[in-house]
Amino acid sequence: MSDAPIIVSASPHVHSDRTSRKLMYDVVIALVPAFLVSVYVFGIPALITTVTAVAACLIFEYLIQKYLMKVPVTIADGSALITGILLAFNLPAGIPLWMIAVGGLVAIGIAKLSFGGLGYNVFNPAMAGRVFLLVSFPVQMTLWPTALENNTSLVDAITGATPLGMIKEGVQYGQSMSEISASLPSALEMFLGVTGGSLGEMSALALLLGGAYLIIRRVISWHIPVTVLATIAVMTAIFWWLDPEHYANPLIHILSGGAILGAFYMATDLVTSPVTKKGMVVFAVGIGALTVVIRLFGAYPEGISFAILIMNAFVPLINTYFKPRRFGSRIKAKML
Amino acid sequence: MLRTFPKGGIHPPENKLTSGRPIRRLPLPKEVYVPVSQHIGIPAEIVVDRKDKVQRGQVIAKSGGFVSSNIHAPVSGTVTKLDKIIDTRGYKKQCIVIRTDPRDPSNLEEANYPLIDEITTEPSEILERISQSGIVGLGGATFPSHVKLHLREGQHLDCLIINGVECEPYLTADHRLMLEKGPEILVGIRILMHALGVPRAIIGIENNKRDAIAIFGELTRGNPDIRVAALQVKYPQGGEKQLVRALLNREVPKNGLPLDVGVVVHNVGTIFAIYQAVQHNRPLTERVVTVTGKRLANPSNFWVRIGTPVADLIAAAGGLPEGTRKIVSGGPMMGKALKSTDVPVTKGTSGILIIPEDEASRGEPAACIRCGECVSVCPMGLEPHLLMNLTEKSMFKRAAAEDILTCIECGSCSYVCPSHRPLLDYIRFGKSITKQLEPKNPAP
Repeated sequence: MSDAPIIVSASPHVHSDRTSRKLMYDVVIALVPAFLVSVYVFGIPALITTVTAVAACLIFEYLIQKYLMKVPVTIADGSALITGILLAFNLPAGIPLWMIAVGGLVAIGIAKLSFGGLGYNVFNPAMAGRVFLLVSFPVQMTLWPTALENNTSLVDAITGATPLGMIKEGVQYGQSMSEISASLPSALEMFLGVTGGSLGEMSALALLLGGAYLIIRRVISWHIPVTVLATIAVMTAIFWWLDPEHYANPLIHILSGGAILGAFYMATDLVTSPVTKKGMVVFAVGIGALTVVIRLFGAYPEGISFAILIMNAFVPLINTYFKPRRFGSRIKAKML
Repeated sequence: MLRTFPKGGIHPPENKLTSGRPIRRLPLPKEVYVPVSQHIGIPAEIVVDRKDKVQRGQVIAKSGGFVSSNIHAPVSGTVTKLDKIIDTRGYKKQCIVIRTDPRDPSNLEEANYPLIDEITTEPSEILERISQSGIVGLGGATFPSHVKLHLREGQHLDCLIINGVECEPYLTADHRLMLEKGPEILVGIRILMHALGVPRAIIGIENNKRDAIAIFGELTRGNPDIRVAALQVKYPQGGEKQLVRALLNREVPKNGLPLDVGVVVHNVGTIFAIYQAVQHNRPLTERVVTVTGKRLANPSNFWVRIGTPVADLIAAAGGLPEGTRKIVSGGPMMGKALKSTDVPVTKGTSGILIIPEDEASRGEPAACIRCGECVSVCPMGLEPHLLMNLTEKSMFKRAAAEDILTCIECGSCSYVCPSHRPLLDYIRFGKSITKQLEPKNPAP
C-alpha cells in the first residue's frame, strides 16, 4: 500500500459522474442554437447584448461574493453564465448597455445572492432581472428591432411590434382577429424565427432543439415544458373557439412571445421549480394559466415572465403539499 | 418489459469482474477470529475456554436468545484466546481465536458431498436444524433465519421468494453459487416450502445473470410450484421490500415485514446453507466471498471459512495493488469501509472490494440545487434533501413525521446527488437520533 492513509468513509463508495457543473454547462449547450439564430436575425447587437449580460452577471457575482459577502467565489459553476444568457434572451437587441448591466445587478445581486446564492434563491434570477427592467424602462424594453432588415446594422434603426403586441394593440383598437392576422407573420415564420421580439424567443425550432437536448440528457424532465405549453394551448383554444374574432388561435400563442423559451429554460430552472413530478405539473399548469390570463386580459401583451415569478413564490408550498407517495403507505396491501 | 419495482432506483456501472470466475477454495487460514456477534440480535455466549480443543462444526458460542444465533467452530484446532478485536463495522467485539490444526482430517473435508435430493426430515425438525446450525441471512442483513421462519398465530404465508438479485455492483458470490450449486439450492427451496407448508416459490434473478436464469429455468422445468423470474437490472432490487413489489406487486406496509403480505424472502446463499444443514447436518462454517477491484491482479470468488482475516483473501487474489486507498467489506453501495485488513470474514461478508486512489475520495459537497434527483431515485418515496436539511437543523420530530425511519440506507440519493451532498450520512445520523426519541425505544 502507498504511504497515503487509507480512507474510511460511510457508504456509498461510488458516485454517478453527473455533477452540478455538468448540468449547468448542458443548459449552456442547449442555448447555443437559439443564440445563433438571434445573431443571424439581429446581427451584431444580439452578440453585444448577450456578451454584456453575461459579463455583467459574472462580474457582479464576483464582486459581491468577494467583497460584500466575503464567501468563496462561485462564478465558475456555470449558473451566473446561464443567468446572463437567459437575461439577454429576454431583452430586445440593441437595448442600452447600461440597462443590461442594471438587469444583471438585479438578477445576481438581488434575486440570487441576497437570498444566499445558488440553491437558495426563490425567484429565477434572469426573470427577476427582466421584469425589473420591464417595469422600470417600459419604452426601451419594448422597442423591438425588426428582424432581418437591420441584420448588419449596429443600431436599432427600424423597430416593429411583436406578434403578441400587435394582437393586444389591435384588440384594444377594436380590430377583429381577421384584420389583425393580416399583418401577423405566418406560423412558419414564427416557428423558424424571423419576427420581432426578444433575442432568444425568436426561433421555436432552435429552442425546441435545445429543449430536446436537455430532456435527452435528463437535465430537465418533460413535465414542466409540456404542461406549460399544453395549458397555454388548451386555454387559448377555448377562448378562440368561443370567439375567434377576439382571440388569437393557440398556434400563435405557442409560437409567439416567450412561451417556448419560458417553458423549456426558465420554468425548468432546477432551483426555483418543485422537486416532485406531481409538483412540477401543478407548477406548470399555474404558469400556463397565468400566462394566458395576462396575455388575454392584462395590460402587457406577454405574461410568461410574470407567471413564472408568481409561481416561483408558490414552489415551497407546492413542495410541502405534493410529496412523493411513501412506499408502504398504501392502505390495503394488494394481494394476488 | 422485465419486471422491476416501480419507484426510484438507479443503475450504477455493474463491474461484475468475477462473474466468470469459478469459486475457489481459499487455503486453510492459520488462525481464525470468530466474533460472537455476527448477526442482528443478542450476541452468542461463549461455551469454550482457552486451550480447549474444538472440532469443526462444534458449537463454540450458544445462541443468546430467540433473536440470536449459534456460532460454530469454522476449523478444527485449539482455542488460543478469548479477546476483543475490531470487526468489519469498526467496533471492538468479543471474539474466539482458534489456531488451526493442519493435520486434523476434518479441516480438509470439501463441501462437495453428493446431492441428497430426497427430503426426509419433518417440518418441525427442519426448523430446529436451521435454528441450531447458526444460519443467518447471508445476503448481508445477517438476520437469524429461524426467526423469519417462525410464523405467529394468524400469519398466513402463500409465497416463498428466493433472492438471487445481487444488485450491488461488483459482487458475484450469489451469482457463482447459483451457477455451481443450482441443484442443491433447488433442494433447499423445497426443504423450506416443505417446512413452511407454502405452496409456491419464486426465484428472482436480475437479467445480467442470464446463465443463472437459464440454469434455474432448466431445473424448475415441469415444476409448476417453483418459478424463475428475470428482473430488470436496477439497484436496490435486492432489498426485500423492492423485491416483493417487483415479483408479486405487493407492497410491504410501512414499518412492516414481508410476512405481513404473506411472503418470506431468503437469499440464495442462505438457501444453500439451509440445504447443507438439513441434508448433510453441517452447520454454517463457511461462505462464498467475492474479492474484487479494478486494479486487483486476480479478482476471485472464494469459499472462505468464517473468521479468516481479510488480509488472507486479498493475498490470494494477488495482493493489495499499489495505490489502494479504500477497502470495503461488501459492495460499493452499502459496504463498510475497513480500517485494517486484520478484520475477519463473518457470516455477513459477501465481498471485499479494493478501491484505487482515483475513486476513493468523495467529491467536494456544494449547495443543494433542488434538482430533485434524490427524490426521484429514492425507492422508499422519501425526500432525502429534506431529511438531510431537517437533520442538520436538529428537527428530529419533523424528520420522524417525514418517515426518516423507513429509509433503507441504499445510498441511491448520495450516489446521484450532482452537488455531492452527503445525504445518507445525515439521514443515518438523523435516524439514530430519531430512534432514541421514539417512546417505545427509549435511549439506552
